[in-house]
Amino acid sequence: MVSTALTLSDLAFLAKGAGVTLAVTAVSVLFGTLLGVIFGTLRTLLNAWTAAPMTFVLDVLRSVPLLIQLVLANAFQSIAGFGWQPFTVACVVLSLYTASYCSEIVRGGIEAVPAVTRRAARSLGMTWTQDMTQIVFPMALRVSLPSWIGLTLGVMKDSALVLWIGLIELLRSSQILVTRLQEPLFILIVVGAIYFLLSFPIARLGGQLEKRWREND
Amino acid sequence: MFNYTFHWYQAFRALPDMLWGALVTLELALLSMVLGIAFAVLIAVGRNSEYAVLRSAAITWVEVARNTPALFQIYMAHFGLGAFGIHLSPYVSLLAGITFNNAGYLAETFRGALRAIPPTQTRAARSLGMGPVKAFRLIVLPQMFRIAFLPATNQMVWAILMTSLGIVVGMNTDLAGVTQDLNVRTFRTFEFFAMAAIIYYALAKTVSLGARLIAWRLFRY
Amino acid sequence: MIEVTGVHKSFGPLKVLRGVDLTVSPGEVVSVIGGSGSGKSTLLTCINGLEPIDAGLIRVDGTEVHAKSTDLNLLRRKIGIVFQQWNAFPHLTVLENVTLAPRKVLGMARAEAEDIAVRQLTHVGLADKLRVFPSRLSGGQQQRMAIARALAMSPKYMLFDEVTSALDPQLVGEVLDTLHMLASEGMTMICVTHEMRFARDVSNRVAFFKDGLIHEIGSPAQIFDAPIHPETAAFLNTAR
Repeated sequence: MVSTALTLSDLAFLAKGAGVTLAVTAVSVLFGTLLGVIFGTLRTLLNAWTAAPMTFVLDVLRSVPLLIQLVLANAFQSIAGFGWQPFTVACVVLSLYTASYCSEIVRGGIEAVPAVTRRAARSLGMTWTQDMTQIVFPMALRVSLPSWIGLTLGVMKDSALVLWIGLIELLRSSQILVTRLQEPLFILIVVGAIYFLLSFPIARLGGQLEKRWREND
Repeated sequence: MFNYTFHWYQAFRALPDMLWGALVTLELALLSMVLGIAFAVLIAVGRNSEYAVLRSAAITWVEVARNTPALFQIYMAHFGLGAFGIHLSPYVSLLAGITFNNAGYLAETFRGALRAIPPTQTRAARSLGMGPVKAFRLIVLPQMFRIAFLPATNQMVWAILMTSLGIVVGMNTDLAGVTQDLNVRTFRTFEFFAMAAIIYYALAKTVSLGARLIAWRLFRY
Repeated sequence: MIEVTGVHKSFGPLKVLRGVDLTVSPGEVVSVIGGSGSGKSTLLTCINGLEPIDAGLIRVDGTEVHAKSTDLNLLRRKIGIVFQQWNAFPHLTVLENVTLAPRKVLGMARAEAEDIAVRQLTHVGLADKLRVFPSRLSGGQQQRMAIARALAMSPKYMLFDEVTSALDPQLVGEVLDTLHMLASEGMTMICVTHEMRFARDVSNRVAFFKDGLIHEIGSPAQIFDAPIHPETAAFLNTAR
């Protein structure tokens, strides 16, 4: 057996960190998805010029490192005197970050619905709203779900970066323990395993969904 | 609300230093891609190996790279390897971490590209008298290259973005590192990091637009 | 000469060939007809060594195809094969598709290979498509390109595996015309086909294939007008 100074209370400390990771992820994915659906749908409805400002901002959010976005947002909220907690800053930044990717997934999903299918729906006398809710969204959901699961896992992994603005999530908790116990390798392996356990089963589920749906097409 | 005066002039004066940092960022990203591609090919070979040890090592690499944070992978290189008496500089830790990540994702890209080419292509090549190596090199590989090209350039953009994580392990010569140094000296966080954001954006866009241009020139079929 | 003697071949529990005998002499055109999934195509891929066999013997010009000492790459140079799915190499132009094997397998200089390729492509009616990528061609054109690609290796024998089955009906004619032309030039050919008119008009002999065996082989007139085997007659009735 590996002898270690890691105690049960240290493990509880790590679990608390994992809780923060999950909380940030859950909040960001929830709001990010809501915004992403709105932005993504808008992009399919508006013409390219009208949508350009939104498209640009979303593109910037995907092309600037998340760490830099966190630092900028944190600096901005203190300049503006919002007085936000690190948790709030983390959730705001990660939500927008999620929304930028989610909007692409939603747009791709909607555009994957063949025009003939939509014409068929309208020719049956469905209204635009019925067409969207009964035909387009269900079909787009099928196309988008595997990527959306991938996005969720990506956000969970990327949420590690919020440690830089002072939030004690899973990776930061491990660092604190490393400093105290001086067992970097062992503690990091434990943390890696926790991330892996959170991520891998869902990743496999997503992969399987994708495979099953592709076979049925 | 804003009792703060922005000092953009200071940020502009630091621009040359930051641009030098951007060069280091590019160098890191490029190196990590070249090494990443090499390791990805080894992983792909390992996955098809007859030795179970090599097969599981390849699969473990891919799954760890894809299922843990990139920052964790950099930590492993920087702090974790210390347990074996290996102490890497921030630059090398960062390079090792990103390379590990790139290799894991690229291995999957290559595997997908290989599977996308129908086996009948090899069959047709073999029926013309080509040996297995020739058939792979002349028929399969060029088609794989096309399928994997854009995903690989996306990974390059990711690599550029990932280099910013270096500041967490004390990297101070790349774009994020230089910016952080300036920040610590002057506390003009917003100005400097806004400037850095613009440079990162320009780098990322140049790579992805350049890649699309190359793809358009290269793949005319 | 192609000699097939007592060839057996199984895919797992499925017995595809169950003792096939067939001899094809130089200059001869043999058509193989029969129901889908009867193993006709497998026979062709066994002849050029793309598939191993379980028992029996296949010899091409006296060389045993499945002997360990046989250099299959060398042997395949004299046996051209065209598949049902044309398998154009999508990353190469029509001209490059045809010059690739002569250059890389036979070691021919580019100019010489291009001469041959242009001649073969003109032969199959694609002289105006040299610089085009296959994705811009119709199925019939791609299939004719595949024929030119095989011919550019100057094979002694050509094997055609249902080359018109995957084509739209209106494109079948142009490919059959190409095969017609080859036959009239004296090429030795084995054609697995569903086109009865073609089999009757072009072949020296027609073989009826069923359940992994050649049930009957003879002149087109005999097979089509006076089949001996009741199975042959039954098949021809449904095929017409």
